[in-house]
Amino acid sequence: MNIAVCVSHVPETTIKVKIGSDGKSIDPFGITYSINPYDEYAVEEALKTKAKFGGEVTVISIGTEANKETIRKTLAMGADKGILLKDDSSKDSFAIAKALTEELKTQNYEIVFFGKQSVDYNNAITGQLTAEFLGFNCVSFVIRLKIENNKIIAEREIEGGIEVVETELPAIITTQKGLNEPRYASLKGIISAKKKLIHEKPALQTENLTEIVKMYKLPKKQPGRILSTDISAVIELVKLLHEEANVI
Amino acid sequence: MGKKIIGILEQREGKLKKVSFEVLSLVSKLASQLNLNAEAIAIGYEIENLNEISKYGITNVTHYKNIKLGLYSSSAYRELIINHAKEAEADYIVFPDTALGRDLAPGVSVRLNAGCIVDCIKVDSSFGDITAVRPVYAGKALIEVKLKSAIKVLAIRPNVFKPVMTDKAAELNITVKDAALPDLKARVVEIKKLNGKLDPAEADIIVSGGRGLKNPQNFYLVENLAEALGGTVGASRAVVDAGWMPHSDQIGLTGKTVSPSLYIACGISGAIQHLAGMSSSKYIVAINKDKDAPIFSVADYGIVGDILDILPALTKEIKKIKI
Repeated sequence: MNIAVCVSHVPETTIKVKIGSDGKSIDPFGITYSINPYDEYAVEEALKTKAKFGGEVTVISIGTEANKETIRKTLAMGADKGILLKDDSSKDSFAIAKALTEELKTQNYEIVFFGKQSVDYNNAITGQLTAEFLGFNCVSFVIRLKIENNKIIAEREIEGGIEVVETELPAIITTQKGLNEPRYASLKGIISAKKKLIHEKPALQTENLTEIVKMYKLPKKQPGRILSTDISAVIELVKLLHEEANVI
Repeated sequence: MGKKIIGILEQREGKLKKVSFEVLSLVSKLASQLNLNAEAIAIGYEIENLNEISKYGITNVTHYKNIKLGLYSSSAYRELIINHAKEAEADYIVFPDTALGRDLAPGVSVRLNAGCIVDCIKVDSSFGDITAVRPVYAGKALIEVKLKSAIKVLAIRPNVFKPVMTDKAAELNITVKDAALPDLKARVVEIKKLNGKLDPAEADIIVSGGRGLKNPQNFYLVENLAEALGGTVGASRAVVDAGWMPHSDQIGLTGKTVSPSLYIACGISGAIQHLAGMSSSKYIVAINKDKDAPIFSVADYGIVGDILDILPALTKEIKKIKI
């Protein structure tokens, strides 16, 4: 099966956010980047799909030279080849989806995996946008996946439950935590990744449809009251929640 | 003809969800601020509470009705909304930002060449157009966003825009359209319920448990308190990764971002990823035996102590005022 995975290279989840001098993005100073955590589930599922059906896994990422670190990591996990769509503009989800579509449509991919969202802008829409641009079926937020012949049975997380979705290939699947346990790269994987090819080409340039006016942080909350250092304040707490906060 | 705004209503099991009324309230507010014609779309089979929508200031609703549309189908719902929006020449479309809305809004946006802002927690229309505010970096920062496209799509976070009832009773005009032969390329065939509990993303009160509970057998203490409060249970990443609770209960960066009125963190130290997911709650209570735990820095009220003693006592006190 011809399989693709789209991955992003993002600030680690543990970072402290400081607003940059443009007032529209974070200050990149001292920030470490790595593969988007949800994309690891996407890579793992792509590798499992290849193990079952054969074929090839191509990893695609949009960004700068720095994204090669993330692509290299997926190659070490077992992906066959990487494509870096070089871009140093700040693209919104639409522009990213369009640029990915431009690349994806050149090959006959049958299934394309995305992490359900990136941990920077948290949009969780790039996979669905790309599916619509490509004319693929799409199941988002998938926690269980079964592929039989041409048919997909996927479970997706919804509020208070799970939806079982049926659709057909070609399709885009966006992966939610719980789908699988991403493998660690083996030493052999890391060594062989160095020999694997990362193709570079310019990303399609299009206009963004959204514009960030400003980025800011909420004023830091005043630390609240420690009511007691033992069980004695339970009655007082209930009274405060009932009468002061008015939430119960 | 003036400009038009359309609200998308979400039904589950034949009943409009609360977030649908939040969508209606925002649509109604934007319509009066920007002088727009407002209408709503509901897709499903029988919808028992459809009549209630006029209370929220919207009088025109189109109900696309078919037995095959009772369960969600991304392809069928999308085509109906796109065709409706084109015919009505919609300028604004507002979705609920749920698993359904977040799945559906992008495809609709692509086909209408519309920009789309998801997870809106504030929508402002003071300059004759809209800007929306949404969290990024899982709530560590906020961005104010504008759309440059002619048609604009928004998805609003549940539980943030309060449903506002209007005082004037308006006559409801429901147009039922038979959506025969829906496009079922991707279709839900079954919904598996998770013990019927309310999802944290939609709950007004959340009681969350963490490693301080020591072992999974103690989680019933959290469940009892949540039940006494009429709320729902959440969990920290540590206990989800340990397999005590399902991922659908996880609050934080790789789980859910929530904004309830009351969030009670029990035995959760408050790693930065957890704080990102819950610090926008209106009131936060922290109970933890470590007085230096970061969770106290975001809490309105804190008790330093053993969670295993405090939870039963707290549940008992809550029950007294709830009677």
